[in-house]
Amino acid sequence: MMPLMGFLGTIVLLALIFIGMYNGLVRMRNQVKNAWAQIDVQLKRRHDLIPNLVETAKGYMKHERDTLENITKARNLAQGAAGAGAAKQSGAENMLGGALMKFFAVAENYPDLKANQNFLAIQEELSSTENKISFARQFYNDAVMLYNTKIQSIPTNIIAGMCGFKEESLFELEDAAERAVPKVSFD
Amino acid sequence: MWSQIQSNQRKSLFYSLLMGFVLAATGCAFGIILIPGIEGVTVGCFAALVVWLFLMLVSYFSGDKILLASSGARKIMHDDFPQLFNVVEEMKIASGLPKMPEVYIIEDRIPNAFATGKGPERCAVAVTTGLLERLSRDELQGVIAHEISHIVNRDVKLMATLGVTLGAIVLLSESLTRNRYVLYGRRRSGGSGGNGQAQAIMLAASLIFIILAPALAQLIYFAVSRKREFLADACGVQYSRYPEGLASALEKISTVQGGMETANKVTAPMYIVNPFSRFNSASGLMSTHPPTRERVNILRGMAGGMSLAAYQKSFIENSKNGKMIFSSADLNTRLYKGSPSAAGFVPAQGLGEKLSAPMEFGVPIAVDVKAAPRTAADNAPVTTKGEISDFLHKSDDYKIIYCTCGLKIKIPPTYAKEHIFCSRCGIKYLLNK
Repeated sequence: MMPLMGFLGTIVLLALIFIGMYNGLVRMRNQVKNAWAQIDVQLKRRHDLIPNLVETAKGYMKHERDTLENITKARNLAQGAAGAGAAKQSGAENMLGGALMKFFAVAENYPDLKANQNFLAIQEELSSTENKISFARQFYNDAVMLYNTKIQSIPTNIIAGMCGFKEESLFELEDAAERAVPKVSFD
Repeated sequence: MWSQIQSNQRKSLFYSLLMGFVLAATGCAFGIILIPGIEGVTVGCFAALVVWLFLMLVSYFSGDKILLASSGARKIMHDDFPQLFNVVEEMKIASGLPKMPEVYIIEDRIPNAFATGKGPERCAVAVTTGLLERLSRDELQGVIAHEISHIVNRDVKLMATLGVTLGAIVLLSESLTRNRYVLYGRRRSGGSGGNGQAQAIMLAASLIFIILAPALAQLIYFAVSRKREFLADACGVQYSRYPEGLASALEKISTVQGGMETANKVTAPMYIVNPFSRFNSASGLMSTHPPTRERVNILRGMAGGMSLAAYQKSFIENSKNGKMIFSSADLNTRLYKGSPSAAGFVPAQGLGEKLSAPMEFGVPIAVDVKAAPRTAADNAPVTTKGEISDFLHKSDDYKIIYCTCGLKIKIPPTYAKEHIFCSRCGIKYLLNK
């Protein structure tokens, strides 16, 4: 009686271990697939987002330029009108008026364009989008590494061989030119 | 990552059981002091269990809200702080969290950060405005990676459980030791009529234990907290692949004097740096965080790659205890080919073999200094400003020391002293001329 119980107990234990290992492999393989899909998510986000960002920036730049042009035109008109009535006013007021006009002209020459802040924000978004893509690839590679290690180690390699778990390939550069250091020149 | 989570959960179970044992023993001692005899034991254990369950329920359902509210945190969205939000999102991708954590901001000039939440499905990261002002993007990323590792390693749950157990132990213990009536005017009625001497011994033992129990529990709590901090550093580097970011962030954070207004000792383990102490003080058995200098040295000593194995190697070489902190199951990680194994970190050259003594703050390192030898590369055309200045230094017989923090220290030939300090990290080098 006892040896039979012991034998059955061992069988049950082995079955449980087998099931546990199989489930672990399944979970890891699905994690690898998920990680691959996440890369595509980030690529699509880049594809959708960047053109919109650039269009928004261009729109704001055009708006600022139009506003600046209108203000300059109005100033010129006002200057012309003030010049016509200058003969009636005293010399000091004239000079003051003239100086203020020159002051405004200087300020308009070097305006604090908010487009600059826009560009900084766009730069941050661009570099963050690229970072996200590379982190997604990094995560995919980490997932593949763990999965391959698990498939290749004893004892899980037995189960992997039996149930048809294959090794996955890592994300690698296809174009060797991408490994070279880029040349930066501002000419 | 997953084998490491499982091994963490096993270790968490062990520590939780250990603390639970201390709690049960405290409960028994509590009961024995109040009611001598066997009923005392059962009453005491029951009382301990009730207290513990109550605290656990409160902490489970609203622990993270309490922490966030008590620290004055304000939830932010992408447009409020785009860089911070992007950094958190990048680390979420690198760590494989299923959902984006909530991001909070704390208005405090002291730089610090913490993570909280029940688990990867519902978690939060909080950062002070002082931190945002001081850190660069890479350093911020190192800090966020560290916090996200706390979430992935289920550290928050563990420390909350242990904190609650510690709280229950302290509550039970202090309710007796602070209660003079109980200590001096105990009733002797009831009891199972056992022999008086055994009762007296049990009573004495219980009293001693109940006085010591809070200290014992605190030691366990702080030891676990320190170990988890090292683990979070290692996993953070695995996500960000840039240990120098976290290392320089830690240095910047710890050189700021002063403590946070909204932290207390029980919530301290959640923060990245001890919110109370300055750079080197308050390390030791009663500290929630390992000394910052040790963490920085370990991070900068990772010359072999970004994996947990590299961190462990550096840990053994550079930390005071030098024992392994990861099990072998955690270490079956190797870098895939093509990854930059030394990205951002220049290994120590010119110092011969690797340092055998741990790098303590203030301990000088002896180094043989010869003039940098002329090589064929010296005759190559120099084009950059750095190369030109190096060329001039070599031709003027400057000596070069490569510090482990990455700085090239150039010593002029007329330098007369016997030692020199690295201007970036402060290590002292003794010059054998």
